[in-house]
Amino acid sequence: MIKKLFSIITIVLFMLMVLPLITGIFPFEELSPVASHYVSEGADELGAANLVTSVIVTYRGLDTLGEVTVLFIATAGVGFLLRREEDMPDFSEKPQTGAAGAASDKGPGPEKKSGMGKTPGPEKAPVVRASLRESSELLLSGSMFLFPLLVLFGAYIFIHGHLTPGGGFQGGVVIASAMLLLMLARVSLHLNHLVLSFIESLSGLAYVAIGIAGIFLAAGFLDNRILPLGDFGTLLSAGAIPVIYSLIGLKVGTELTNILITMRGEEQS
Amino acid sequence: MKIVTIIGFLLVIIGAWGMLTRKNLIRIIIGFSIIDTGIHLIIVSIGYLQGRTAPIIDSTVDKATAVLRVVDPIPSALVLTAIVIGLAITALMLTYAVRMFREKRSLYIDDYKELKW
Amino acid sequence: MSTVIISVFGIMMITAAVYAVYTRSLLTAIISSGVISLLASIVYILLAAPDVAMTEAAIGSGLTTVVFLLALKRIHQLGGAEEEASDD
Repeated sequence: MIKKLFSIITIVLFMLMVLPLITGIFPFEELSPVASHYVSEGADELGAANLVTSVIVTYRGLDTLGEVTVLFIATAGVGFLLRREEDMPDFSEKPQTGAAGAASDKGPGPEKKSGMGKTPGPEKAPVVRASLRESSELLLSGSMFLFPLLVLFGAYIFIHGHLTPGGGFQGGVVIASAMLLLMLARVSLHLNHLVLSFIESLSGLAYVAIGIAGIFLAAGFLDNRILPLGDFGTLLSAGAIPVIYSLIGLKVGTELTNILITMRGEEQS
Repeated sequence: MKIVTIIGFLLVIIGAWGMLTRKNLIRIIIGFSIIDTGIHLIIVSIGYLQGRTAPIIDSTVDKATAVLRVVDPIPSALVLTAIVIGLAITALMLTYAVRMFREKRSLYIDDYKELKW
Repeated sequence: MSTVIISVFGIMMITAAVYAVYTRSLLTAIISSGVISLLASIVYILLAAPDVAMTEAAIGSGLTTVVFLLALKRIHQLGGAEEEASDD
């Protein structure tokens, strides 16, 4: 009861803290100075039609680099923590002293049975594994048909990120959902873990390399004017923005696929 | 728009209440995800200007008059980053939950009171 | 007009949030949090932010739900049939 009271008091104090935001906010009439600079000068300086893309990739490019780093750390954490149980180092193993010198916690009964040593590690509860049916023909054919279309759609989204709404993150997530479709249909196309990790690391490395090239060839880190700006509104415009967004899209897509494969675990067959 | 700010704020309150009073570990993580969604709604609603359209320059909005016809692009950029990071943090928290369950066979948070397993 | 639409979506979102916190089964709570993200992505379209709407629809109601369900499956595989009963 006291705990619930403390929870209620916490929530009420939180509401009082945030209340000036709700009552004091009034709708703005015009853009703030920073935003009006981005909107009016952004299309001419950077050549991208999508203003949100130009903010993410170039004006606030360092935050995007930080976000890619956070995603990488999360994927590494998930991959580290969910190793298989047999691979983990076992700290609770008592020394095996043979069948005669049994451990003190076991009674004399089990010694009379077959002379197995102690089971190492924490006691494993009996794992219930339902036997899964083989995927039907309709499911397999449908998912094999949809998979290239989904990858093509994801690639379209991140290549055209500077012209239409979308970009690297959305395209990467669509590619990860395409891999998820294959995983759910249990198509026996083994997604090679090493190839995905290789693509991910290479994309991250190329992204930082383009950023450093911006220091030498243009005005600063992650500047997109290292490539020519081109005609406004066509595919090959806006300098290095399509290249950067494609690399981000590939990296995010393969990273999320790795998270999904690690969390799914082994496939029982 | 003020009503979206109020909706986002209510979602944060419900999510925080869920995190504080429920005892199941997965339900605490669901409460965190609801708080995340509420905060993103609040941020995007602050950047909205009445009667304006999406920040993309094409045949309907040209470069010269864009300053008068376009919504603020900066909160959209911030929230895009925040959504992806929210997914990464949720995946990491769920991995922790699976590992904790593997050690102690319980998702009930009152069983995890000691510092040492 | 758009205020009416947004308030209808808002009421649905708050109902789904309360349901996600107070329902008995974990599976229903996970699906409810996916429904909240889906309705939020429609509200983002009405707030003139199409990039955010795409991202929220794909990640919030797609991958987050799948990640929750994969974790729940791992817990069931480790033999966790009793943890749903000891809920508050």
